[in-house]
Amino acid sequence: MRIHLTSVFVDDQAKALRFYTEVLGFVKKYDVPVGETDRWLTVVSPEEPGGTELLLEPAGHPAVKPYRDALAADGIPLAQFAVSDVRAEYERLSGLGVRFTQEPLEMGPVTTAVFDDTCGNLIQIATQPEEMSSPS
Amino acid sequence: MADDLFKALADPTRRTILDELAEQSGQTLFEICSRLSMKHRLGISRQGVSQHLAVLEAAGLVETRREGRYKFHDLNTAPLRQITERWPAPAPSGPEESPS
Repeated sequence: MRIHLTSVFVDDQAKALRFYTEVLGFVKKYDVPVGETDRWLTVVSPEEPGGTELLLEPAGHPAVKPYRDALAADGIPLAQFAVSDVRAEYERLSGLGVRFTQEPLEMGPVTTAVFDDTCGNLIQIATQPEEMSSPS
Repeated sequence: MADDLFKALADPTRRTILDELAEQSGQTLFEICSRLSMKHRLGISRQGVSQHLAVLEAAGLVETRREGRYKFHDLNTAPLRQITERWPAPAPSGPEESPS
């Protein structure tokens, strides 16, 4: 078994696609109409086009808002992406107007930061320590 | 009020929370939990941290503010003045008062 796709709920799929591609730098993989207004919309990392897809899923279900509001209030991220340099990404994204709820924080071998994806989610970026990124 | 202050300061985890807020103000609960577990290796649940924060807030040492959907915690050291005001350091004796 392998992890092929994971998802985040987004308030607005068109806006989410812009943020995840133009700001974060992912690329669109699938964009298929589903029903009248929704899309099966996934993005992947350009560094790993065949890798895990992120589904930008419509947040229409009534349970989504209370769930996300409660997690947002406590600053809890809903997804984590790996970057090679958290501080460089923090500087780059801050320059593009992205709002961080946690500035880069070094904790032993791991550095993390948390930002708002403008679509209702907090996202954590983290460095992958050498010993964790290579399972061999 | 004084009881709340001394009770809040009596716990090492709560003092660590204050240390971390002194280093970086405006932390979410998630960040405080991350610092305690990753930097200090404290195995404490999110609920446990919330309870410690409530004690610190009751003592006036931590203040919370909401910004949009997010809640941030700040350190407020003002209540600590009660301690130095209650037990002020003895005034240094001037040279003219020292026995010759």
